Amino acid sequence: MLAVHLSALTSPTGADEALALVDGFDAALEHGLGRLSPEHAAALGALAGAVAATPLGAVAAEAADKLAAGAASDSRLLALAGARAAVLGAVHDALLDGFDTALGRTRAPWTPTGETPPSAPSPSGSSPSVPLPSASSPSAPSPVNLLAGCRSWLGELAITGWRGVGHDLVAAADPTIEALLAVPSLRRLAVLVDGLAAELRASSPVATMEHLPVRRWADLWSRAMLLTEPQPAQAGEPVSGRLLLLGVDVHEHGTAVQIQAHGLLETSGETRLVRTSLAAAKVDTIVGAAVWRLFSAYPVLLSALAKRLTLDITGMTLLPSGDLLWNDDQARGGELANPFTVARVQLATGVAPAVPPLERHPVRLAEPVLIEGYSSDGTTVELDGHTLVVERLSGCGPLTPDLVAASTACLGLLRWDGGRWRLQPLAVQATVKRKPVEAHSGDWAEGITDPKLAKAEARHGDAVAVLKERAGRLLRK
Amino acid sequence: MESVEQLSAARVLVPVQPRKLAKVPFVELAEGRLQGVVSSGSDLARVYVSWIAAGSHDFNCSTNNNRPCGGLYGRLCKHLDLLVEEAVVQYGLERVAHYLRVEASEVGELLGRLNGSHAPGSSAMVFSRFLRHLAYLELPATAEPVAELHWFPGAVR
Repeated sequence: MLAVHLSALTSPTGADEALALVDGFDAALEHGLGRLSPEHAAALGALAGAVAATPLGAVAAEAADKLAAGAASDSRLLALAGARAAVLGAVHDALLDGFDTALGRTRAPWTPTGETPPSAPSPSGSSPSVPLPSASSPSAPSPVNLLAGCRSWLGELAITGWRGVGHDLVAAADPTIEALLAVPSLRRLAVLVDGLAAELRASSPVATMEHLPVRRWADLWSRAMLLTEPQPAQAGEPVSGRLLLLGVDVHEHGTAVQIQAHGLLETSGETRLVRTSLAAAKVDTIVGAAVWRLFSAYPVLLSALAKRLTLDITGMTLLPSGDLLWNDDQARGGELANPFTVARVQLATGVAPAVPPLERHPVRLAEPVLIEGYSSDGTTVELDGHTLVVERLSGCGPLTPDLVAASTACLGLLRWDGGRWRLQPLAVQATVKRKPVEAHSGDWAEGITDPKLAKAEARHGDAVAVLKERAGRLLRK
Repeated sequence: MESVEQLSAARVLVPVQPRKLAKVPFVELAEGRLQGVVSSGSDLARVYVSWIAAGSHDFNCSTNNNRPCGGLYGRLCKHLDLLVEEAVVQYGLERVAHYLRVEASEVGELLGRLNGSHAPGSSAMVFSRFLRHLAYLELPATAEPVAELHWFPGAVR
């Protein structure tokens, strides 16, 4: 990526206006949608107005009207969550279009036929693709009831407003979260609500907080609301070929971690940009490089990340979203392949995947780029007068601000937040003490490679092993 | 400075510091208490459930079968000492002292200023929170992408 690409990454037309509508809704949510001031009622009306021309238009307008009159209901809140998501989805699309145009990246179109049709109507008239509960535990609530329970907690949050949230309201979600976590098909919602609840718990009573992360909490709230509607599953296709890894992105909150590798998948005559992810539940005391141990059941992927190997894939499922559903049994480690070489030779030729409608939000933008010829102080990179904020240096790999400052080439993800583009380095080539060094975010996937740091970590012992031993002894009694 | 209000990925929680979990597998600042679980030195199947209330500094320590700890003589037992020490490693002295509403510049001082008394109260709630904590590690990993985790960058440098 060059300065000329960066200069072409301008703020899309209308993005500021769209975000102003979002801010209006978020301010109302801060104070609660139960009793709206005229100003906040107007903000809801304006948000609904923005989607007037879409299929959401009528329900959103009705929801804004009823809420202004003090008549809140879960379905009206859902309609407004949908309107907010649609506006942010449009911002996402404009940003991604701008990115693709600036870099000349080809992107596959989204084909709605990739979705499996709904199998049976649910009580709310929408479509559950959620598998029905197994008969193993007759007392377990069905997914439909669980989703309704979760939605009603989210509804209470919205009616109360962040400023009114305290320990009791947060604790009320505990049984729901526990039950959601137990249903594999609801993991996305469970992980999201668990993360939101932890932030609210630590911030309670929220009324005493000075600056609230209103955009963030409204993002989490509205996505969770949408996930309480049963989701259509994407239909994947089996693919075989060679996967060339570019780098790995790590997402984490206290009780969940996800590793998401980006790479180029070569199949017969076609090169596609893909992502492959593994997510595990954890606890807050498993942090830093220790999180890799949660994925020890996937040695093929971990070893390819740590050793920078290609992967031969056979019959693995690829979703239209570009997500390769990782299965260690369908992969074999190949030869050494330096991700910088891969990026220099092939990144420009890879076809990028479409983004599924529900996932269209600026926070999901994470486009692999190779940047060279910049200067950096470790917190930003400067390229011909253009500045990118450096962020998200993973704590479970060797990358540090110092290394970024000393670097001459960076393989990373281009992201967008708070009104500007940002760079998340996944790998750097740098000069340290006049010697060339290279560091990748996945270098420690099989353990810390720096002897000094490895020794420091060893003093803490193996957190995963200790807790699993405790769980084995105390849980099944 | 960027405004926290308009960042989707604003950091709200500070990740905890890694620590040795063998002796004190669980510590939390929750429900108005510093509470946690301390493994017994002699019996692998036994743990002590210990807590200190914020403000009053009243405390309790008992086994997971609700037998009172033999080391409590109107003052903190060794399990409670350990609990405080490990909490300081995990959260930092400032956060622990602030939560307990104590002024202290080091761990010894913090322990010295906890002058509450032995309070009755069940440890069942704390123990069940510990079990729930452990249950996370029993959940299977998944290859289904969780797009929502993009909101959570985690422990970053």
